[in-house]
Amino acid sequence: MGNMKLNLKIWRQNGSNDKGSIKDYPVNDVSEDMSFLEMLDVLNDDLVRKGEDPIAFDHDCREGICGMCSLFINGRPHGPERHITTCQLHMRKFKDGDTIYVEPWRAEAFPVVKDLVVDRGAFDRIQAAGGFVSVNTMGNLVDANAMPVRKADADKAFDAAACIGCGACVAACPNGSAMLFVSAKVSQYALLPQGRPEARERALNMVQQMDAEKFGNCSNIGACEIECPKDISLENIARLNREYLGATLSRE
Amino acid sequence: MARTALFGSSLVKKYWMALTGLFLITFLVVHAGVNAMIFWNDGGVTFNMVAHFFGTNIFIRTMEIVLFLGLIAHVVDGLMLWRQNRAARPVKYAMEKGSASRSWYSASMGILGTLILLFLIVHLWHFWVKSRGIVGSLDELPLDPEGQENLFALMVQTFENPIVVVIYVLGCFSLFWHLLHGFKSAFQSLGLNHKRYNPIIAAFGVVFSIIVPTLFALMPVSMYFGWIQ
Repeated sequence: MGNMKLNLKIWRQNGSNDKGSIKDYPVNDVSEDMSFLEMLDVLNDDLVRKGEDPIAFDHDCREGICGMCSLFINGRPHGPERHITTCQLHMRKFKDGDTIYVEPWRAEAFPVVKDLVVDRGAFDRIQAAGGFVSVNTMGNLVDANAMPVRKADADKAFDAAACIGCGACVAACPNGSAMLFVSAKVSQYALLPQGRPEARERALNMVQQMDAEKFGNCSNIGACEIECPKDISLENIARLNREYLGATLSRE
Repeated sequence: MARTALFGSSLVKKYWMALTGLFLITFLVVHAGVNAMIFWNDGGVTFNMVAHFFGTNIFIRTMEIVLFLGLIAHVVDGLMLWRQNRAARPVKYAMEKGSASRSWYSASMGILGTLILLFLIVHLWHFWVKSRGIVGSLDELPLDPEGQENLFALMVQTFENPIVVVIYVLGCFSLFWHLLHGFKSAFQSLGLNHKRYNPIIAAFGVVFSIIVPTLFALMPVSMYFGWIQ
């Protein structure tokens, strides 16, 4: 197969105070075997050679597990395919002559740092507010299998823990809600006996931080579940709703 | 602390949205049930009897106040959520393909709700203010063959105007789309999500969303075309 010509429309914004705009980048000789990020690497290489400012975008592991890549491609987070991150998207999913829009995540809680890079520190602060278990690590280590866990619960906790915190849920949600992320982080502990002692405070504190970060409200649209690269289920949001309801009604 | 528990967080706002929504749904059942009495096609005798009973019953009149409070809470809560959700995305996407991941109506609950509210104002002006003697009165109308207050005659009179009929049918369409998402959404907001019951809730929601607005829409339509006299 031959190489493709594409018309890229990429968001350029020189720092958080810049207004920013979409700029056209025609590219030739794009191999269908390239990943989307490799295609941007080649474009950046070209820009650097021409003495222009390369396009800033987040990336790290490039194998779909770190959660760093984050592009809104042709109107969808992580591009047109389901259950993959941008780094796992290949150019063979596009056709010769295609126009491709590339934008950063859009949310009040995710300010643009530069071009396509957004600050997802809000997720870190939510996690720090309660997304952990307090374990005494001094001396007597407990055997990992000493506490029985129901297989079905262990599986659900593992599914929730698959969340890589990329923020595609927020990007996909018309309300800019972070409920899928927060519910996954609450669920992965709520389902396990080790997570139960702190479950109430966890739900209350993480939701409080989520609201303080100015994410929107969940209206059960379900776009997050569709666009999530890790297929995190809406079941987790219902679980957070239950956890939070119980914690709110019973707190003293 | 108590204040936060009742009004504070995004989740509490959603609980209120779900609870008031489900309460308004129970009202729809009663309202549709009472009004369906016109389909006896007996010149409104049965309907007028039931309407009079409901209009003078102390329990129903008390619930009428609760109903207005529930409606106002649903609207105010909805507006607060809408405002926060808009603020959560100040810069829009240049290119967004929402159809890939969501239904248009689930993402348009605010607009659909606004249309329903506008319809409700017209609807209350047509019937409620008169039947409660706030502006005008049912006394202006002749009594029915059984000598009862004639709310039925007011319906016949109101639905002689084709524009009114169109407004009512459009109102029912808005209600249909609003319920289609709202019914099952209320259960999810309250944390009721279970593999075994989800299909039942979803199916019941669809059937409810079709039957109730259709029943309501049939009332002005059948009166306009003279199927009911």
